[in-house]
Amino acid sequence: MTSDLFRFAAPQAFFPLAGKLIPWFAALAGMLALAGLYVAFFVAPTDATQGEAYRIIFIHVPAAWMSMFIYLVMAGWAGFGLAMNTRLSGMMASALAPTGAMFTFLALWTGALWGKPTWGTYWAWDARMTSELILLFLYLGFIALKGAIQDPARADRAGAILALVGVVNIPIIYFSVQWWNTLHQGASVSLTRAPSMAMTMLAGMLLMALAAWMYSIAVTLARLRGIILERERDAEWVRLQRSAA
Amino acid sequence: MNDYAFFLWGSYGVAALCIFLEIYFLNRKNK
Repeated sequence: MTSDLFRFAAPQAFFPLAGKLIPWFAALAGMLALAGLYVAFFVAPTDATQGEAYRIIFIHVPAAWMSMFIYLVMAGWAGFGLAMNTRLSGMMASALAPTGAMFTFLALWTGALWGKPTWGTYWAWDARMTSELILLFLYLGFIALKGAIQDPARADRAGAILALVGVVNIPIIYFSVQWWNTLHQGASVSLTRAPSMAMTMLAGMLLMALAAWMYSIAVTLARLRGIILERERDAEWVRLQRSAA
Repeated sequence: MNDYAFFLWGSYGVAALCIFLEIYFLNRKNK
């Protein structure tokens, strides 16, 4: 069993597996997003204090969760590659970064559009928002650094160090609302407490979060396939694949 | 609903645009 799993650490073996998995994750993402949007706009009640503007949270919260989670996974793969010298790990980290950056941007953007009607301002330099902005810069820095180094092995090593150093920012984002007196509210959903919102609101948010997960997996695998072909273009199996196509 | 239409469309519209652009450039790079 373990040897079967390790077999997929080889780009050559992972490439067709990723190809088979993508349509399933993409279909799941589509279905979950449709269900989530239905609950978000037609089932969940209007908020007593925020009116309809609160419906932005159905995209804001999943995007913010994904921005942090993808960074952890990306740094995990990058660190694993640095320690074990596995080729696929660095490629996986590269494949995750643009999707993570996209979700970080969305979290900031939707947060601003939610902040204006509820707080009266698009932006404040409070701890939650500033640390999330730093996360966006970390993603962009990671992408730029990897893009600037031509040798893939060296690019992977440099990127891994940047990604690992940046991990310190994740608990800062997550706990910022507890550590400092922020304009941003505290967590409404936690593993240890009952959620402080209507069940239908929570259901909509979780459906959208699951959709974001599935979407991220599908997009990352598709990007990974591109990266594998690019890096392994001189390998025998890629040449065979090309001549077969 | 109308009071908040700008903020809701601004959020969901830009999210849809981001996802569209990501998938669009994904396909271009794979070709």
